Amino acid sequence: MAERQDRPPSSIGQRKVSRRGLLGTAAGLSAGALLASCSVFQRKEETPKLGASADEIIKARQLTPEDVTAALMTYVPSGKYDEYLMFSSTGHGGQVLVHGLPSMRLLKVIAVFTPEPWQGYGYGGYTNEVLEGGYFHGKPILWGDTHHPALSETNGEYDGEFLFINDKANGRVAVIDLRDFETKQIVKNPLLVNEHGGCFVTPNTEYVLEADQYSVPLGGVYAPITEYKEKYRGVLTFWKFDRQKGRIVPEQSFAIETPPYWHDLADAGKGPSHGWAFWNSINTELAIPGIAEGRPALEIATTQRDMDYLHVVNWKKAEEVIAAGKYEEINGFKVIRMDVAAKEGVLFLIPEPKSPHGVDVTPGGDYIVVAGKLDPHVTVYSFAKIQQAIQAGQWDTDEYGIPVLPFEQCVEAQVELGLGPLHTQFDDQGYAYTSLFLDSAVAKWALGKPYRDDGWKLVEKLPVQYNIGHLAAVEGDTTKPAGRFLVAHNKWSVDRYASLGPLLPQNAQLVSIAPNQPMRVLYDCPIGIGEPHYAQIIKRERIKSWEIYPEVGWNPHTQSTDPNAVLKVGEERIERRGKTVEIWGVLLRSQIRPDLIEVEQGDEVIWHLTNIERAKDATHGFALGGYNINLSLEPGETQTIRFKADIPGTFPFYCTEFCSALHLEMMGYFLVKPT
Amino acid sequence: MTGITVRAPAQAGISQAIARVVARIGDRIPFFLAAAALALSLSLPYWHMTLLAPQYPGGLRVWISLTKLTGDVQEVNGLNHYIGMMKLEDAAPFERAIAPYGVLALALVALLAGLLRRRWTALLAILVVIFPLVFVADLQYWLWYFGHHLDPHAALSSAIRPFTPPVFGTGRVGQFVVETRFDSGLYLAVLAAASALVGIIARLRGPAQRG
Repeated sequence: MAERQDRPPSSIGQRKVSRRGLLGTAAGLSAGALLASCSVFQRKEETPKLGASADEIIKARQLTPEDVTAALMTYVPSGKYDEYLMFSSTGHGGQVLVHGLPSMRLLKVIAVFTPEPWQGYGYGGYTNEVLEGGYFHGKPILWGDTHHPALSETNGEYDGEFLFINDKANGRVAVIDLRDFETKQIVKNPLLVNEHGGCFVTPNTEYVLEADQYSVPLGGVYAPITEYKEKYRGVLTFWKFDRQKGRIVPEQSFAIETPPYWHDLADAGKGPSHGWAFWNSINTELAIPGIAEGRPALEIATTQRDMDYLHVVNWKKAEEVIAAGKYEEINGFKVIRMDVAAKEGVLFLIPEPKSPHGVDVTPGGDYIVVAGKLDPHVTVYSFAKIQQAIQAGQWDTDEYGIPVLPFEQCVEAQVELGLGPLHTQFDDQGYAYTSLFLDSAVAKWALGKPYRDDGWKLVEKLPVQYNIGHLAAVEGDTTKPAGRFLVAHNKWSVDRYASLGPLLPQNAQLVSIAPNQPMRVLYDCPIGIGEPHYAQIIKRERIKSWEIYPEVGWNPHTQSTDPNAVLKVGEERIERRGKTVEIWGVLLRSQIRPDLIEVEQGDEVIWHLTNIERAKDATHGFALGGYNINLSLEPGETQTIRFKADIPGTFPFYCTEFCSALHLEMMGYFLVKPT
Repeated sequence: MTGITVRAPAQAGISQAIARVVARIGDRIPFFLAAAALALSLSLPYWHMTLLAPQYPGGLRVWISLTKLTGDVQEVNGLNHYIGMMKLEDAAPFERAIAPYGVLALALVALLAGLLRRRWTALLAILVVIFPLVFVADLQYWLWYFGHHLDPHAALSSAIRPFTPPVFGTGRVGQFVVETRFDSGLYLAVLAAASALVGIIARLRGPAQRG
């Protein structure tokens, strides 16, 4: 562990230091003790020298004028804050990253689906319960494939309160509370196994959207692959979110059954399209695997049709259908069957160019932009025209009886951008930005009326390095995009960084989208701990997180005070009841109290620990080697660990977070007497 | 209420000017002012200290008012425990227990002096005049007490000798810049003392009153 040099009282590590130094560390009433011998403290301000020396640096480092501008646009001086925070997924890293913009500094890794020792996530305490919420049929799943983070919204704008993130691999959704940046809940979708179309929130975070990717029979039960058409199904899920509790409420959530098309990305309507949600789909061919059985490879078989289906869902209507009781419960989850969804006007399909990827609603909620992936266009649907088509009632159905609205009647425009359009974001000038995977570029294009008069036109393309997937502009999927910057999340970095072995970091590139200027890459940020897919960028001031927990004895899981908290030194205690030993402990600089615990082999141990510190950053760790216990107790936090003392022996426990000059002395012994 | 006219001496001078001011203010208003200032001071801090160090960018602050300690008390106590210093809240238990009643009583004394125009009420108000001095002296005593009653078993006990922090000052000590300052409550008490003094002078110099 690296020793921090900034923890008080730092100078007491050196014994026999001068009286002045000691008094300094002692502070408090020792305060003015040496007033007579002390000079008044003065801070000297030195004016930095500019000009000639800057030129020398530019010359020595061989920087171009563009490099210098980029540096000036992205440099955040020591001690200053970034303007924006970017929350990005890490793919199969299973976590969430928080970067500052424009510096692109990595500020935090938020543990979500994967245990993370620094945060004490998954090594005893309530975080184990959070992870257990996502176990599959009781089987521990200790990683995830995070794809699409979604910040909670109020009136279609980020409110900075919560973050949701999905796990594609195991069909789960996690809730992160942005008061303390910790994961509070993981829910397993009981209807599906694999998902992709989440997380996206409705404009007031009424629901968190999640849909399957690879269809399975509802609930993931067994059915032969040859019965794919009959038994396999898609699932569009609306997870109800209770903002007061900070939890998803499965009992109030519902899902809509669909044909076994593979659902891809989603977005929620807003403004005029509030109450509606959109998913696109692939494999409307209903192809199934079986190369050995003579079937074509899926990449061939799923791309035969020229058109797939945009799914248009009236979730307000779905709420009425649920309220009317027209649903079935499957695995304890409310499901609107697809025939009911079709009959009640909950679900409509519209053809979309084949194998699309992103579906993104414009800031005003008036258009839905579908990126073609295998089609060089983005296809822009008009929500008003979709409504007219629904009103007109002239439609065919697919083979499952779901209404298919006429493509021509719903489309506003198609804009040719280039090869491999994937995802679209927006700025505050009426422009849209679409990632082009095959072209390795970002396309800037103009939206039509009411955004711009020169609309539905490609403006500019910027090469990025390389194979861009998602992109994220500042608040670029909200009702009020903020412009200025976007980040290209590139899948390949190839030659952008020094060789680090064959597994290369991902490349997140900061791009300037300042008005009336060409787009330009400002900064390359390597991501060496996962593969970010989607990201969202929020203005920093929207997030009002706690600097320390609000009260001593705070249980971050319940976000309230814990009845087992010890609030004061001296109130710590140990109780034995038969084969159970319960400990109420306290941590402060530089003690863990009680510091001697003696139990018998086989005893059940319940250990409550409270960090009673109130100083910002005075976090204490608690590690009990040999028992796989490792907690991070932030100022005010209380945690409870439970375990069986099944291994006899002598186990030192200690503070893992370098907290004070006597940090190394902050330890105790846990003795397990053999029986 | 109108002031009592003081017969001014014939010759001009400072004493005359003072006398004129005192005469204009009278011998009631200063006592009422003193009573109000004292009552108000109960809710305000009398003294504070600020500790500045690199690892505390905003500084640490402790405010001492007559009834409570506020600010970063726990943090300062935590730092102090390394040298074996007592907890701040253990200082002056008796004084802090009686302080609210005592200051309220002083305010009542001032009020009485304002209402009852007697010499003895004015003389009683001398207590109001000396109160700030008593407070500062007591605070200094407790600072001495804290600096001279360090736990010999503390981590740093072998390296520190007894000391007395002053009640008012600024110093650079190790990595800490420490400022000890009087605060608004004490300034109000001083205002009350000065005001009461004016009232007493006016009363004593005024027309003879019984008692």
